[in-house]
Amino acid sequence: MAVSSPSSASVLSPSTRTPAAPAKRRRRKVDWRAVGAFTLLTAPVVIGLGVFKYVAIAWSFLLSFNDARGTISLGNWIGFDNYTFLLSDPAFRDSLLIIALFTVFIVPVTFVASLGLAVLVNSIRRGKAFFRTVFLIPGAVSYVVAALVWKMALFNGLPSGVANVIGGLFGADPVAWLSETSPPVYWIAVVTLRLWLQVGLYMILFLAGLQAISPSLYEAGELDGTSKWQAFRYITLPQLRNTSVAVLLLILIAAFQAFDEFYNLFGTGLSGTATAPVKPPLVYLYDSALGDQNYGVGSAGAFLLTVIIVAITLLQGKFVGFGKKD
Amino acid sequence: MAVLTGSVSAAPAKVRERRPGGWGRVPKYALATVLVLIFLLPFYIMVRNALMTRAQVASPEWSWLPDPLSWVNFGDLFADASVPMGHALLNSFVIAIITAPVGTMFGSMAGYALARINVPGRRAVFTYVLVTLMIPQSVTFVPTFVVVGAMGGVNTEWGIIAPNLFSAFTVILFRNFYLRFPAEIEEAGRLDGLGYLGVYRRLVLPNSGSMIASLGALMFIESWNSFLWPLVIGQDPSSWTAQIALSTFLTAQTINLPALFAGALVTIAPLVAMFLVAQRFIVRGIAASGMKE
Repeated sequence: MAVSSPSSASVLSPSTRTPAAPAKRRRRKVDWRAVGAFTLLTAPVVIGLGVFKYVAIAWSFLLSFNDARGTISLGNWIGFDNYTFLLSDPAFRDSLLIIALFTVFIVPVTFVASLGLAVLVNSIRRGKAFFRTVFLIPGAVSYVVAALVWKMALFNGLPSGVANVIGGLFGADPVAWLSETSPPVYWIAVVTLRLWLQVGLYMILFLAGLQAISPSLYEAGELDGTSKWQAFRYITLPQLRNTSVAVLLLILIAAFQAFDEFYNLFGTGLSGTATAPVKPPLVYLYDSALGDQNYGVGSAGAFLLTVIIVAITLLQGKFVGFGKKD
Repeated sequence: MAVLTGSVSAAPAKVRERRPGGWGRVPKYALATVLVLIFLLPFYIMVRNALMTRAQVASPEWSWLPDPLSWVNFGDLFADASVPMGHALLNSFVIAIITAPVGTMFGSMAGYALARINVPGRRAVFTYVLVTLMIPQSVTFVPTFVVVGAMGGVNTEWGIIAPNLFSAFTVILFRNFYLRFPAEIEEAGRLDGLGYLGVYRRLVLPNSGSMIASLGALMFIESWNSFLWPLVIGQDPSSWTAQIALSTFLTAQTINLPALFAGALVTIAPLVAMFLVAQRFIVRGIAASGMKE
C-alpha cells in the first residue's frame, strides 16, 4: 500500500485549497436538511465507534504507561516499564513464536485447501449445491464446540479416541495427542480444527472468483490445446489474483487473532493451569489483563500486537498485491 | 469451428468426452465423497456421543452407534446446577437477537448517508469509520474492557451487546451497496415530496432486503459464536452465554461427557438450521464481506 503518497497529498491540500473553498461554498449553499439527515443517520455509528474504539484506545494507550494493577484509572505513570516488562518476559516472546509457527502452518494449508475445494466443487456438475453446503456448514460451528469435539472425542488420547482408532487400523499405537510435546503432535489437532471450521468460508470466496472468470478464456485455451493443468496455471490462477490476495489477508489476520481454540483445547485461563504447552498472544493478554488484573501490561500488549499485525498486513500487501495495480 | 463450439453442443461433446460423461469424472466424485465424509465426521461424533451413556463413552471399545439411545443426557444438561445451561442459551439468544438487527440497521443508516447524502465533512466521517478497521478486532478487548468496565457494564448483557452494535465493516459494505443503488428510485421519491429521511425509510430501506438479510445473518452467527468478549465481560454465571457455559463444562472437575456433547448439539442446532434455511443470503454476505477487507 502506498502509505506515504496519499497522506502527504492530504497534508498539502487543505492549505493550497483554502482560497478556493469559500467560493465553492458561496455558489452552493449548505443544505441544512441534508446535514440534519446525514447527522441523524450517522450519529449512532459515529458515537458508538467514538466511545468503544477511539476513547477506549486512547484511554488504554495512556494506561499502558501506567502501573494499573487492579485498577483502570490513570495516575501512576511509569513510562515504558510495561513495554520493557513484556518484551523481556519469556512467556510473551514464546507466545509470539507460537503464533508465528501457527501462522506458518495454517496460512498455506488453509489457502491451498480452500482453493482446491472451490475448484473441485466448481467442476462438479451434479449435486454442486450439496457439496458446497457440506463444506460450508462447519462455518456455523463455534470454536468452543469444535474444540470440545476435538479435545474430547477426536484427539482425546484414549484408545477409543477417533484419531487413535483410525491410527489403530494402520497398526499405530495410541497417541496422547494434546499433551504430547515431543514431537509436538498437538499442532495436528490445532490446525485441523481451524481448517475444518474455516475452509468452507474461504471456499465461497474462491467460488465467487471462479464464477466471475469468463468461460471464453477456457474455450480459447482449449482451441490452443492447453492441458487442464496449464489452464489452471495460466488462466485460473492469474484471474483469481485479487481474490487470492484478499483470502490470504483474511487467513493471516484470523491466524494472528487465534484465541478460542487454544483457550479451550489447552485449558488455560482464569482457573486454568499455567502449564499449557501453547499460549498464543491473545491468551497471554487475557491472562495478564483479566487473570492478573494488570491492565497496564494488558494494554501495552494490545498495542504491541496491534503494531505487529498492522505491520505484517502492510508488508503482505506490499509483497503480494495492492502495490501493483492490474 | 469457433461458432460451432459456442452454439452447438453435439460437436464439442466429442472433443471433451472425458469431462461431461464417461468414467473420467469418477475420481472427482470419489474424492468429493471422501471429503464429505471427513467434513461430516465431527457432526456424527457429536450426535453419537450425545446419545451414549457415560459408561459407553468411557469404554475403550469403539462402537458406531449407542445401543440403547440415552436421551437422558439432554435432561442432565439442563439439570446441572453448577452450569446454568438453560439461562446461558437464553442469554445468547437475547444478545444475538438484539445485536444482529440493531447492528445491521446502524450499518445501513450510516452506509446510506455516506454513499448518498452529499454534505461537507462526509469524507472526514468516512475516514473516521475506516480508520477503526485498521485496528485488529480481538486485540481491542483490553481497551474496550477498560471503557465498558468504567461504564459499569461488567457482568451485564448490555456490556456484551453494546460494543458489537457498531461495526465499521458493516458500514463500509452497506456504503458500497448503496453506491450502486439506482438513483431513479430516490429521485422519484424526492419529486413526490419526500425528504432525505423519508426517501431512506420508505424507498431505500424496503429495497435493501437481501443485503440486510445477508449481513444480519452474518452478525447473528458472529454474535452467537463469539467467545472472547463474552468471556471477558460476563464473569458472573448469570451473564454467561451458551459458549461460555460449554467452555466451563469443558474444564470442569468432573465432566459429564454425554451431557457435554448434548450441549454442543443444542448450541449449534439453531445456527445449522439457520445456515441451511438462509444459505443463499449467508453465501452472498460472505462473498461480499470477504472481498472488501
